[in-house]
This record gives sequence, structure tokens and C-alpha cells, in this order.
Amino acid sequence: MDKVRTTPNTTADRIRKYLKEGKRFDGRNTEDFRELVIEKGVSCKAEGSVRVKLGKTEVIVGVKMGVSEPYADSPTKGNLMVTAELLPLSSPRFESGPPRFDAIELGRVTDRGLRESGFVDFDKLCIIPGEKVWTVFVDVYSINDDGNLMDAATIGAIAAMKIAKIPKYDKEEGKVLFDELTDEGLPLTDHVPVAISVHKIGNALIVDPTREEEDISECRVTMGSSKGIISSLQKSNSKPLEMDEIKRVFEIATKVSDEINKKIDKALK
Amino acid sequence: MAEKFNRPDGRELTELRETKAKVGVVPNADGSAMFQQGKTIAIAAVYGPKKMHPQHQQDPRTGQLRCEYNMLSFSVSDRIRPGRNRRAMEISEITKWALEPVLMLDKYPGQVVDVHINIIQADAGTRCAGINAAAMALAHAGIPMKEMVSSISIGKLDKTMVVDLTKEEEDYHEGEGPTDIPISMTPSGKVTHMQLDGKIGVKQLQEAVDMAKVACQNILEIQKKALKDFIEGDKK
Repeated sequence: MDKVRTTPNTTADRIRKYLKEGKRFDGRNTEDFRELVIEKGVSCKAEGSVRVKLGKTEVIVGVKMGVSEPYADSPTKGNLMVTAELLPLSSPRFESGPPRFDAIELGRVTDRGLRESGFVDFDKLCIIPGEKVWTVFVDVYSINDDGNLMDAATIGAIAAMKIAKIPKYDKEEGKVLFDELTDEGLPLTDHVPVAISVHKIGNALIVDPTREEEDISECRVTMGSSKGIISSLQKSNSKPLEMDEIKRVFEIATKVSDEINKKIDKALK
Repeated sequence: MAEKFNRPDGRELTELRETKAKVGVVPNADGSAMFQQGKTIAIAAVYGPKKMHPQHQQDPRTGQLRCEYNMLSFSVSDRIRPGRNRRAMEISEITKWALEPVLMLDKYPGQVVDVHINIIQADAGTRCAGINAAAMALAHAGIPMKEMVSSISIGKLDKTMVVDLTKEEEDYHEGEGPTDIPISMTPSGKVTHMQLDGKIGVKQLQEAVDMAKVACQNILEIQKKALKDFIEGDKK
């Protein structure tokens, strides 16, 4: 579970020194994202898939659909399942084997952001009440980790869900015809829960950290929000935040979230 | 807010559930405590500081904290499969993050403090009850601490902010629905843990942090009283 850190102390000191003057070592402002690139349709077997690049950080996200029985407590609602895998190919730090804590947290935080915001209209994913509903599987894979996989994963999940098409379902045979996609997209609303992670380094609060910045981050708050409405939040790591600091985090994350939401829409056009 | 919001159990908006705390519930442990918030019951036991095993995980610079959160299979209506699941793993780590900042672990290089939390009965707020119990158990074990940690869940039901949600309130589905915000704080006002599920605006979320501060002060008193009662009981 121990995180591997590879940033040399000299680099770390330089980053901290720059941040004291409000500057970042790659020239960005504290609330700037790196360049965001979204590429559509990277895997033809998926119902929707994207490749997301944030600078050198890269993830691939695919949406698959399946038909299953609904949960007993929600007989008319479809399901959503988000998992994340940190592939050993994407960083010398990741190893094969059962998911470690980083991957579990990545999947769960992404899942909560999507679920709680009302982004998906689960009632419309019902095929036969109490018997058959659609399950939406969103799988996130890291391809290159240069920091901030967390935000790249949510951006990818949102983009992939926006372009996904529902396959045909043969009610008599009870079979999904994956080769015949309908024109129908997923039933999504305009509450798009773009999650933004704010990191604390010294007294600075920054977004979209690079690998080096993430290595020396003392505390991360990931917050999913849309138009000022916050739907999920997780504070990670042991460093505590003062009350006024955490209040400032809410404001930074909601502001940046709206900016990124616009960028996603532009990229998908 | 035109009308007054009525909570299902008739509590005031900022009123905690009936809360009980007891220290020394596991005689074998170096420190232990029970924390009950309404129908939610958590027990925590601390073992250590002791030599870290496996040995390769030893850190010669500082001691380490390990937390394990577990729900008993019969603690909820639908039996949960025993053993570690993803939710439990996440809450274990969250608990560690919530407690670590107050511990002076640098006094125990190469060693480890194990905290085991078990939820006996669940009616929402289990991670908060677990953190409250664990903080008391750590104090009971005599681990040097800079201050206490207290934890509470703040909720928003439709448009109304309330303190200490029950399961029934967590499943509230009218208007804007439920928002659950577990927060852990120290007496000096440091936020060591915070999560959120639901829908809430920035202003109200800032208000939630202020409400948590007041609620955590009340919980702190309960924690302190239980620790003092235990020492008094020992003297007799």
C-alpha cells in the first residue's frame, strides 16, 4: 500500500519554492489545467470509448452494457458499475496483482461522482420492471501516469458515457445484440459531475498536479460538482486542512469544474 | 425555509442521537472503546505500539498506524459477505487519515499501532462512530496524542441542514433528496477527514463545516467523559 515516490528532493524543493511565489515549475498558474485532449472511439467493441490526455497523463475509458436482474431495493432502476485499473504498463510504480488501494479509491471516487449527481436517469435503463434492467459498466484503464489520474478518469468516464450508444436487446431470446447498436444514447441529464482534485502543497492549493507535484502533495480533496452544486467529495491523505482552507477548496473546485465541463463539450463536438 | 422541517425521529435539526461511550470494552487490548450513536454501535481495539511485521514494512524514522474497519455480517438487514470488500478497505484508509495527524508516532520508530474497528450494529454514520471509538481507544492505550479527533455526519435533507443522519434519513427521497457529509475534526478546528455524497451548493457546504465544528465539540465532551469515568472507576 505504500506509495512509491520518485521525485528527487532537489526537484521537490524547487517546486515548493516556486509555489511560495505563486508559480509552478511548468509555468502554469495554480488553477490551470494542462492541455486536455479527448479522442473518441478507441475500441470498436465498446458501446462508447475515449482516450483522454491531460498533458502526458493518459487514460482509456470504455463503456459496456449488460442486461441483468435489478437489485431488490430498486426494481425499476438500471445499474452503474465503475472500476479502475492501474495497468503496470502505465508506470514503473504499478505492479500486477490484486488491486491496490490507489486503484480501489480511484474507481470508488469516480463511481460516487457519477452516481450521486443524477447524471444518469436510472429509471430509463429499465427494460422489464423487476426482471430486466441495463447495467452500465464504465471501466477506466491508465495508459500513462504523469499525475492526476483521478480527474482524467472522471473526464474520460463522462465523455465515454456521453458518446455511448445502447445496443439492441432481443426481448424474446433474452439476448443483447452487441453488433447492432441503436441510435439511442444513454439517458443522461445536464448535471455533469466533473470532478476536480485540489492538492495542498505548503500553503498553496493547486489543481491538475504533475507526477512530481502529486508526489509532494500533502493532501488531496476531490470534489465532483456541476454548476456550483457539489455531489461528491473525498479528502485523502493525513494532512489536515484548516476550516478556511477547506472552504477555499470548495470555491476553486466548483469554478474549475465548470471550465473543464465546457472543454469536454467542445472536444466531443 | 417556510415550514419547519420535521425529522422522522422528532429530533431538533442540530441534535445528536442518543450517544453512549465506554472505554475498556476489550480487556485483551492495550486500549479499547465503544461508541454508540443511536442504533449505530462501533467498538475499537488498539494493539501496540509493537514491532512491525512483516519486517520489511518497518520504517526506522517513525512508527506507523494501521487501521482496519469491518462490518459484522449481521450488522445490517441484508447480510454482508464476511471479509474485506472495497468499501471496507476505503473506510479503513479514511480512518487512518483521520487519526494519523494527531498521533506522535515519531516516538516509536520501526513500530506499528494497530487499530481494529468493528461495527456491531449499523444505522448510518458507521465510519464516524468508528473514528470516534478509535480515537478514544488510542487515548486509552496511552499513545501520545496532540489532541482528540471527533467525527460526525452532517446531512442535507431536501433543503434543510441536519446533524447526525440515521439510515432512514439517509434514504430520504423528497425534494433535493439526501446529502451525507461525514466530517472529522480536532478541537483546534483542523479538518482531518471529509467526504460527501449527494447535492449541495458551496455556501451550504461551508455552513456544514461550521455545523460539524459545533457537533464535534459535543462529541468531544462525551469522549472525554468516558475516558475520565474509566480512570475514576480504576481508582475505586
